[in-house]
Amino acid sequence: MSLVNFTTREITCKIVYYGPGRSGKTTNLQYIYGRVPEGRRGRMVSLATKTDRTLFFDFLPLELGQISGFTTRFQLYTVPGQVYYNATRKLVLQGADGVVFVADSQARQLDENIESLQNLQINLLDNGMDVRDLPVVYQYNKQDLPQDLILSKRELDDALNFRQRPSFQADALSGSGVFETLKGVSELVLRRLSEVSTA
Amino acid sequence: MTTDLNPRYSFETFVLGEPNRVAYNAARSVAESPGASYNPLFIFGPTGLGKTHLLMAIGNRAQSVSEGFSVEYLTVDEFLEAYQVATAMGQADSFRNRFEGVGLLLVDDIQFLAHRRPVQGELLRLLSGFQESGQQMVLTSDTPPADIEDMDERLLRKLDGGLVVDVAPPDREMRRQILEQRAEERGADFEAEVIEAVAAFEVGNVRELLGLLNRLAAFQAVSETPVTADAARAMLDWEVPAEEAVMPIETPRAAEVEDDPFDMTPLFIDMPETDEFADFLSDVSSTVEQQIEVWRERLAASILRWQPEGYRTARLEQAMQSDEVMAPIERLVGQFEADIGRLQEMQEAMREVAPERANDIAFFDPDRVAEAEHLVQKAVRELGALPGPSEAYSPGAFVESGANRVAVTAVGATVSDPGKRYNPLVFVGGPGVGKTHLLHVVGHGLATRDNFWVACMSTQQFLDELQQAIDDDRWDAFRARFGKVDALLIDDVQLLAGRRHSQEEFFYLFNRLLEAGKQVVLTCNVSPRDIEGLDERIVSRFEGGLVAQLDSPDRDLRRAVIIKRLEDLYGAAELDLVDYLAARPASSVRGVLGLVQRVLSAADARGVDPSGRLARELIEGAIPAREDGSRSIRTSGVTSAPGVIHSQDKVIWRWPDPVERIIEELV
Ligand SMILES: Nc1nc2c(ncn2[C@@H]2O[C@H](COP(=O)(O)OP(=O)(O)OP(=O)(O)O)[C@@H](O)[C@H]2O)c(=O)[nH]1
Ligand SMILES: [Mg+2]
Repeated sequence: MSLVNFTTREITCKIVYYGPGRSGKTTNLQYIYGRVPEGRRGRMVSLATKTDRTLFFDFLPLELGQISGFTTRFQLYTVPGQVYYNATRKLVLQGADGVVFVADSQARQLDENIESLQNLQINLLDNGMDVRDLPVVYQYNKQDLPQDLILSKRELDDALNFRQRPSFQADALSGSGVFETLKGVSELVLRRLSEVSTA
Repeated sequence: MTTDLNPRYSFETFVLGEPNRVAYNAARSVAESPGASYNPLFIFGPTGLGKTHLLMAIGNRAQSVSEGFSVEYLTVDEFLEAYQVATAMGQADSFRNRFEGVGLLLVDDIQFLAHRRPVQGELLRLLSGFQESGQQMVLTSDTPPADIEDMDERLLRKLDGGLVVDVAPPDREMRRQILEQRAEERGADFEAEVIEAVAAFEVGNVRELLGLLNRLAAFQAVSETPVTADAARAMLDWEVPAEEAVMPIETPRAAEVEDDPFDMTPLFIDMPETDEFADFLSDVSSTVEQQIEVWRERLAASILRWQPEGYRTARLEQAMQSDEVMAPIERLVGQFEADIGRLQEMQEAMREVAPERANDIAFFDPDRVAEAEHLVQKAVRELGALPGPSEAYSPGAFVESGANRVAVTAVGATVSDPGKRYNPLVFVGGPGVGKTHLLHVVGHGLATRDNFWVACMSTQQFLDELQQAIDDDRWDAFRARFGKVDALLIDDVQLLAGRRHSQEEFFYLFNRLLEAGKQVVLTCNVSPRDIEGLDERIVSRFEGGLVAQLDSPDRDLRRAVIIKRLEDLYGAAELDLVDYLAARPASSVRGVLGLVQRVLSAADARGVDPSGRLARELIEGAIPAREDGSRSIRTSGVTSAPGVIHSQDKVIWRWPDPVERIIEELV
């Protein structure tokens, strides 16, 4: 699926929230869901265990209406963060126009973040996509936790964001930083519209 | 290029206060009778005080007052852009004309016209025209006209001649009203003293004021008890950046929906509405619009690139004017530029052929590529038509037999698939076996193809053309002319032997045609390899195609030729005569026909019908001594088939029966 279809005049952005287990991906989508007026969102599909771990993926379709003559939609997905659901992650990544990497800011989660980031690169490669070409932004979540438990934005940038992509601090539970992140990735994705030449 | 009026901006939703009363009244009066009261109306004031609101309210009202009334709203950016595009395309007139039917023109933010003299001039012209024809114009700016830097004096006078009003920042009373109205609109319930406390903040504009209200609403939604005036004051005094001002909120989670783990539609209590989504939407919209702007710029760049060179850019202009982008921009522009490339090629070709016609308008219109191509073709033809296949060699008159079957088969393949199968196709054979005829048969076959140009000529004609070009010093034209044919058919190429320069030119042309996939067909009286003084390069290229041998006619062929000739002349052929003549050997069809002709002439002279008897008498009665015949055998051996060499795989060759040859020579 391409970002823009000139024949049907549609822009469809598929954005995937990626990251280690329990970093707050689903929470991001839930927050967004709560902020989108009824008519603009589809049903949020969320397949999770009783303990709140995403089992398959979350899916939230947003209808942004007509923009400059194009029917514009966003499709937000999360992947299951737990290590053993890799097949699903790979599947969800297919055709992604942009990725939000949701990192857990807690210091003790650093290894999980790094591992998940490597896993992202491998899965992209397996899908024939190149992480260098793909719009990616970072979200450092759970910044509301006590300072001595978490890493700062700079520390996290150093550890994860070596390509200097946009990064955002967030507290997805309260919603702070959630829309900033979404805007950040949308902007990167949409900038590609003028580069896309095939329908 | 214009922005739609936002229906939310009406006079009803505009909060009226002392600071904006004059502007409000003027706006209403203009809206209710456009063109009749103040024209132009100029509204100025700092940002965020509702100038755009007023402007759009005027438009909305005017439209509702009289149906079908045409209103246009433009930001100065849009105005500027429209103007620049129009002038870049040399169509300042079209810019003016587009406002002809507009009853009310609303132009926002004209302070951005500072230092832009040409557009100011244009606005002045437009304004004068509007006043004359009773069309209304309303303008806004963040400063009074006189404070806009570097403004045209005449424009200033024009603006001052209308009504200039200002909107000032809201006073406390007005702020209170605005807050109340907004709180009510969004269903937030505040104590009166809270509103009062917020209204007390000296904010510079309405937008900031609404920002305060948003924060308060968010705060109220998460607190257990209603916000007090003190709390409000304390909160609004916070000078913290928005990002850190995160309020901890208990959010119900999807997991709390216990029963069905697969129905995880999250439940949310109504969250304080802080328009995050609207904000996001406007962000996305503006990014998309920017991108589409990039497409437009790409169009404009291409227009500006080609128009000064004289190319017609209507196609791109149309795409640019349509509000929506119609096709992938790269494809659109790419096709356009490819068409220009083709036009340039055509023009270049025309310069070679007929320089005086190289500036025809068609060469500058990418929508007329086909026409340009046609012009060039025509010019090339007019340059001196190259001869085509001759009517004297009609396809129907060619008689097929075992002696020429290979060649005939090759002809079929060549006619149905020129340039693809045998290229070049070379007919080799002794004199009179039908090489030339077959060459023209190919020509006729090819000439029936659509738009297919066949040149068919003797080597002598080719040499003459070449000589002429040398004499006139028009090499280019010569090459252009021959280079344009779809098939080149040349008879008797053995005549090139020993002519080094001509061979060179021939070689050049020959290669060019072959490379372009054009068909070349040649005839030669001996195998090319045996032509002395023919460049090896040429010989090997000939052999790279198909060298097809035409043999001396066998008995079947002779018979067929004789019957055909007699039937053509008399409608019937006497069997005895046919048999007798066919039995006589001949090295060429020409020879056979000569024989028939002799009998016919004799019959004619004697006033009798041609018959076997007559033929016998005529021919056998005239048999010379056998010795003479044997002498001519040797001669014949030398002249009729001098070393016709056959490359085993490509040439089929049957040596004529020597006995028959002897007799033939006796004829
Ligand atoms: N303190 C704090 N907790 C958070 C934040 N974001 C998420 N959480 C909590 O972290 C836990 C995991 O959040 P989820 O959104 O389910 O995590 P996930 O990334 O979807 O995890 P998987 O589905 O297992 O991959 C939940 O208990 C959330 O309430 C945050 O910003 N701050
Ligand atoms: Mg999850």
